[in-house]
Amino acid sequence: MSARRLFVLGGIALILTGMIFGDIFAVFTLHQNAAQVGANLAAAAQAALAGNRGAVLANFQSVGSFLENRGTKVDTHVHMIDFGYLALLLALLQPWVALGESAKKKLAWVFLVGAWLLPVGVFLIHYVGLAYSPSKTIGWASIAADFGGLLVLVVTAVCLLGLWKHAQQRESTPVADGLLADRSSAGRILFVGGLALVLLGFLHGAYYAAADLYKHEARDYALLSQMSAGAAAGAKIVVDQALGEYGQLLGHKAVNIAAHAHSIEFGLLAILLAFFQPYVSLSEVWQRRWAAVLLFGSLLLPVCVFLEMRYGLVAGGIADFGGLLVIIALLAMWIGILRYTGVLDASSALGSISGAAE
Amino acid sequence: MSGSRRVLIIGGIALAVWGMGYGLWYAVFAEHQALDTIGASLATGFAAAAERDPAAMEASLDRYREAKYIYDRQVDAHGHWIGLAMLLIVLGIGFDRVHLAERSKLFLALALFAGAVTFPLGVLLQTFSHGPLPRAIAIAGSAFVIGALAGTALGVSRRSTALD
Repeated sequence: MSARRLFVLGGIALILTGMIFGDIFAVFTLHQNAAQVGANLAAAAQAALAGNRGAVLANFQSVGSFLENRGTKVDTHVHMIDFGYLALLLALLQPWVALGESAKKKLAWVFLVGAWLLPVGVFLIHYVGLAYSPSKTIGWASIAADFGGLLVLVVTAVCLLGLWKHAQQRESTPVADGLLADRSSAGRILFVGGLALVLLGFLHGAYYAAADLYKHEARDYALLSQMSAGAAAGAKIVVDQALGEYGQLLGHKAVNIAAHAHSIEFGLLAILLAFFQPYVSLSEVWQRRWAAVLLFGSLLLPVCVFLEMRYGLVAGGIADFGGLLVIIALLAMWIGILRYTGVLDASSALGSISGAAE
Repeated sequence: MSGSRRVLIIGGIALAVWGMGYGLWYAVFAEHQALDTIGASLATGFAAAAERDPAAMEASLDRYREAKYIYDRQVDAHGHWIGLAMLLIVLGIGFDRVHLAERSKLFLALALFAGAVTFPLGVLLQTFSHGPLPRAIAIAGSAFVIGALAGTALGVSRRSTALD
């Protein structure tokens, strides 16, 4: 299997796993975890109100544990998908990386090992903790994750050197690549749709940063201050009101950031997949259908996530459905690429058999 | 490889390496300490409230605000550098689909690269100064990215129109 195919199949597998993990996390963990964080924060505020320092610290320890659980799962989801994107990018760039095929294959394997090691290590941080760790702040799972990140970093840097080497000798070795020359309708739909999604995500991010980000930061501090001052003064109503508003604020921040990030990430994915359409061994009609399904799900998810604060779980459920559509479309394309690589393997095997017979 | 493509692809990969290097340094040397400070200062603030000690409470919450402000921006800078780097590389690979003159494409590529570098840099600089300059750098960077993206979308749609 060539380095490019390793990067493509490994990259899409990473994205699929990351997305399925994200969907499972969103449905079964995210909301429950947020409720636990809120409940423990409320309990800490009530303990402060009652003057019980020990209970305050115990509740904050629980908040920290729930936040670490949530944070490591979000990091697992994000890093797995982003490393998948990076693998697809490196696959596209392989013809311009001036290294031998054997070295490129080794690099692809090292990349995939690192790209799996980091998210798996991050996932385990919450469960392994500091057990048998040589450091007071970083456990073995973190060390494994950081090592995985280092492997990915080194491979990317070596590819950059390969590109640089190619750029130096570009006059003597022009490269023609069939993948990039493709202008199929599915590829065009994905490229234009992806670009629109990225632009939409950036515009939303810029609007959020300009209109809400600093207000939200100031409100975060003001509400925590109000909560603790209310507790110190024994004012239960003030504490309860601040707690309620704090929950709303966290919700607003979370949906805005998630809508912004998902719109851009799905846009990037659509643009990347546009280049790989010649590898998707399906009829042109089905290529177009899966492209449309992927773009529809990619728009549905961020829009419904954004509407979650207004329409609650209905919008959340539709957002999860959008994510599922993206996963199904991506899986269909991955199977198409597997079929293509299967044909290549079969024809090369047939070639070697007939060569031996001659 | 055309000049515009080279700016986007080589610049994008260099930016990805930089963003990942920064993330690695941050994860090893700063992130856990920052999270500990955020958690500890918040807990201490509420514990001080339980002991009816408003001065200690206020000091702890101030520490929380500063630590959270810095943490959010450091994570944002890491995420945006790598995300924008990937966008640069992807657009670089598909830049032949942008139906504009090479000079315009080079201008777009340079604007995208400049925005991708300066926008997260402005965000990160806010951890050193709360003044208007870092914010202005971040805003200018994001304006470069959005403007260049809109120009790229225009170039791609011109191509589509021509084909249709």
